[in-house]
Amino acid sequence: MKNDNVIQVKNLTKKFGDFTAVDSISFEVKKGEIFGFLGANGAGKTTAMKMLIGISKPTSGSAQIADFDVYTHTEDIKKNIGYMSQKFALYDDLTVRENSTFFGGIYGLSRAQIKEKTMQLIEELNLQAVANELVGSLPLGWKQKIAFSVALLHNPKIIFLDEPTGGVDPITRRQFWEMIYKTANNGTTIFVTTHYMDEAEYCDRVSIMVNGKIEALDTPKKLKEQFKATDMNEVFLKLARG
Amino acid sequence: MKTIGYIIQKEFKQIFRNKGMLPIIFILPLLQLIILSNAATFEVQHIKFSYIDNDKTSFSRALIDKFNASAYFNVIADFSSKKEANSAMLTGDVDVILEIPHYFERNLLKNKKTTLAVTIDAIDGAAAGVENVYINQIVHDFNKNAQAVLMQPDDLKNKSKTITSIPSFWFNETLNYKTFMVPGILVLLVTMITLFLSGMNIVREKEIGTLEQINVTPIKKHQFVIGKLFPFWIIGLGLLSIGLIIAKILFNVPMVGSVGLMYLYTSIYILVILGMGLFISNFTDTQQQAMFIAWFFVVIFILMSGLFTPIESMPPWAQFLTEFNPIKYFVEVMRMVMLKGASYTDILPQLIKTFIYAIVMNGLAVWSYKKTN
Repeated sequence: MKNDNVIQVKNLTKKFGDFTAVDSISFEVKKGEIFGFLGANGAGKTTAMKMLIGISKPTSGSAQIADFDVYTHTEDIKKNIGYMSQKFALYDDLTVRENSTFFGGIYGLSRAQIKEKTMQLIEELNLQAVANELVGSLPLGWKQKIAFSVALLHNPKIIFLDEPTGGVDPITRRQFWEMIYKTANNGTTIFVTTHYMDEAEYCDRVSIMVNGKIEALDTPKKLKEQFKATDMNEVFLKLARG
Repeated sequence: MKTIGYIIQKEFKQIFRNKGMLPIIFILPLLQLIILSNAATFEVQHIKFSYIDNDKTSFSRALIDKFNASAYFNVIADFSSKKEANSAMLTGDVDVILEIPHYFERNLLKNKKTTLAVTIDAIDGAAAGVENVYINQIVHDFNKNAQAVLMQPDDLKNKSKTITSIPSFWFNETLNYKTFMVPGILVLLVTMITLFLSGMNIVREKEIGTLEQINVTPIKKHQFVIGKLFPFWIIGLGLLSIGLIIAKILFNVPMVGSVGLMYLYTSIYILVILGMGLFISNFTDTQQQAMFIAWFFVVIFILMSGLFTPIESMPPWAQFLTEFNPIKYFVEVMRMVMLKGASYTDILPQLIKTFIYAIVMNGLAVWSYKKTN
């Protein structure tokens, strides 16, 4: 029987000198799941995510991403995942089309595939008018949607989103989550960090990190029951305040 | 290979879209070449000359006239006392004071011998040395004329035999300093531009965060490095081409040797510099840091390259250090090929050393670029 966990993490730890940023976390994520990875600023979310996407070596513990080991097969992991962060992701001094071509190119897509995917991206996001504009001149919400689509160009098994909706207006956030749902329905696993607790409600399962440890992990519904809270915001506050 | 192509394409687009950088890459270096080649001269001219004439005779005036007639000296002052002259030297108003003693003419006629006191501002030792030579030449010349006037016909028989050496200056017959400087300054420009551009390029991606995005892709390290550096390699060779054209047209620097050989050497040389830039990039977090480190090395490399001061006159330990200075080899090769017409075998030692240097530097650069920390 094939294991349908695309992310398997066991006792994963990252230390910087004496400081333990990520303290022995363990969890699994299933194929096609939307997994919310929550935590206050400085709780260790980003550090944990960097280990999962293969740009930071763990101190101890184990993790398999799409059946590849984070110690030995980081480059294989990278072929199978997409990554998008709030800070950047695209080149401001390239156009929408050029960004798409460049990232398609370095993921090894063929010329025809790049052309087709780029056309598709522009159509789906209704960007015909600005396809040849520099990305730097576009509003943040648009950039985030383009970055998300670019991260999906090579049909990754898992996509990691680091606060993808930070600083974006509610309408765009809504559209963004519609895109996430659509992607998950196609079988892509979504691993997302966020600070918006209403977004946590959209996730299939949610983990909450406090001081480097995962203090809670379940569906939003069960978490609310467990903490006798009316919404995720309350759950988060109860946990984060200790 | 295809992946590298996409990176190169992206880099070129970004370089040519950066309206602030373009003039810095192409126009400033050429302005520098034109200005520096004219300004950075070793010739000592317009020496501020002053004299104290205690004698005031036709002989002393004839001597001063000789200085007046010289192209190197500007006779700017005539002091009546040593004190006055000294204070002028202190303020820097004069470079040279010539003191003609009392009874200069009389002693010369009677004893056929006299002395002159010359004071030279020697803060710049090299210039002072040159000034001293010029002064001696003029005095020597004056001496000969004076002898002709003073000598009695029967003395002519006893005239001491003198040996004159006639120098012939090879490879730069007219001792034109521009011929010497232009290849050197061209070397500096190619080095500086390629080092700064490559040093700041990857660190810039670090700063804006796109490097993290690249590190999450399955791109291979060598693909990324080659794709990143290739555009600057082209720019470096482009700069060399424009520089050579200017050297030929504007400065009429002789190009005795093979242009192909210059390109062959430069294309390997630029690899060294690019590897160095990338290496710096990998160990810095901001463009500012990268700039400072690059600048530190450039200054040392330039001053120890033999461009301005001969390597032969450096202390042994410094001469040893220059073995690690890529600019030294580039300056040597350019001067050898351009001015002497050196052949492939003549520059083979430099070629081999530079090639090894390139392999080591780029090896270090690829090694130190880490996709996973």
